[in-house]
Amino acid sequence: MRELELDLDAFEGPFDLLLTLLLKEELEPADVDMAAIVIAFVERLAEREELDLEACGEFLVLIAALLELKARALFPDEEAELAELEPEEAAEELARRLAEYRRMKQAAAWLSERLAVERGRFFRLGPAPLAPRPERKLAPQDPAQLATALRLLAAPPPEVSLAHMSLRFPPVSQFIERFRAVLRRRRRFDFDAEVESLPRVDQAVAFLALLELRKAGEIALEQAAPFAPIRVSRPDEERTSEWIARSA
Amino acid sequence: MDRPLRLITENPVDQLARTLEALLVVASAPLSLEELAQAAADDHERVELALRLLADRYREGRSGIVLEHVAGGYAFCAAREAAEACERLFERPIERGLSQAALETLSIVAYLGPCSRPEIARIRGVAADSAVAGLLERGLIAEAGREDSPGGAVRYRTTPLFERVFGLESAAALPRLDDLGETAEEIRERLHSVAVGKTA
Repeated sequence: MRELELDLDAFEGPFDLLLTLLLKEELEPADVDMAAIVIAFVERLAEREELDLEACGEFLVLIAALLELKARALFPDEEAELAELEPEEAAEELARRLAEYRRMKQAAAWLSERLAVERGRFFRLGPAPLAPRPERKLAPQDPAQLATALRLLAAPPPEVSLAHMSLRFPPVSQFIERFRAVLRRRRRFDFDAEVESLPRVDQAVAFLALLELRKAGEIALEQAAPFAPIRVSRPDEERTSEWIARSA
Repeated sequence: MDRPLRLITENPVDQLARTLEALLVVASAPLSLEELAQAAADDHERVELALRLLADRYREGRSGIVLEHVAGGYAFCAAREAAEACERLFERPIERGLSQAALETLSIVAYLGPCSRPEIARIRGVAADSAVAGLLERGLIAEAGREDSPGGAVRYRTTPLFERVFGLESAAALPRLDDLGETAEEIRERLHSVAVGKTA
């Protein structure tokens, strides 16, 4: 019985293997046509002369279990709904569903006949043709407006200033010396206050000098926040204050 | 007489008929009355009249091309007498290998659609996934929104191609569901008789 050979849509092989696959959940019970299994079993039974009651009993138990498994898989949320029905109502519901399915089977048969009739009907099949593009209409335009626009474009652009080309940069070393001198006199000074009176180009060079000094470790820099005044001090000052801050 | 004698007077809608003929030969899918009237820039009644003229001109036994009223529109197709010759050169691939399961699924979608896969499985008692996928690939059904509940299943409906392949003028050309199969009453009686027969 267990070696009953099956040839179903979802499975091909012995019944035994089908059971194993279903129990291991490697095959969906919903995909298996139970009626086909029953038919295969009955055919097998008919081939044999004698009636093997034991095999029949075993098969009944197995197929009933499979049907229940499949029913649960197909209608998970209807379990409660159907259980609540009275036997007569349940029979009614069953009859209603069978009738629905029967009608659909009949409809499928009708379609199949229809197909047989239409088989001799050939027609051209293609993608939907492209719809013509709607013509884009422009709002009425005044030619004078175009002339104005063109006149604006035709005007020569303003001269480009070359003034910055003749800028003269003071040497960085000049500011390096100057800052060293200031730090010899005072322990710390404010960079912004120091260069305030200088032209913009000199201020930029002075800042480069500041970076040079910092790189060489000759000074320490402090700035509370971006764009805040830059405080310049001797490097040992910085270390001392740091030490104080840490021990505090 | 300075005008040449004409034995056959031209039908007043002849020119319109020629225009419709041209439109139908270019189209790759059935054209509705609305589409034809719009393209020909003429009114519905005259277009219908011209179509009747064409239907007579292009009918089985008279022409190799036949005017068909199908899938909610009009289309040219090959005459049935040429089917064998057509078959030697072309095939109708859409219905090739359409299984019983696919036909049942198609019936359910045609009658109850838009409907979802769980609904189809509920009626057939077998999961409908592969049947639905096959029908989608063939273009016989198409997605038609989702069920109302949040995360609802996709619903399907039949396409104009379905009507064309099955030679239906429209979905209304399907037989009434009530005329198909046994009613619940008949099935109940049969179930009852089986039950009584067993106990007896």
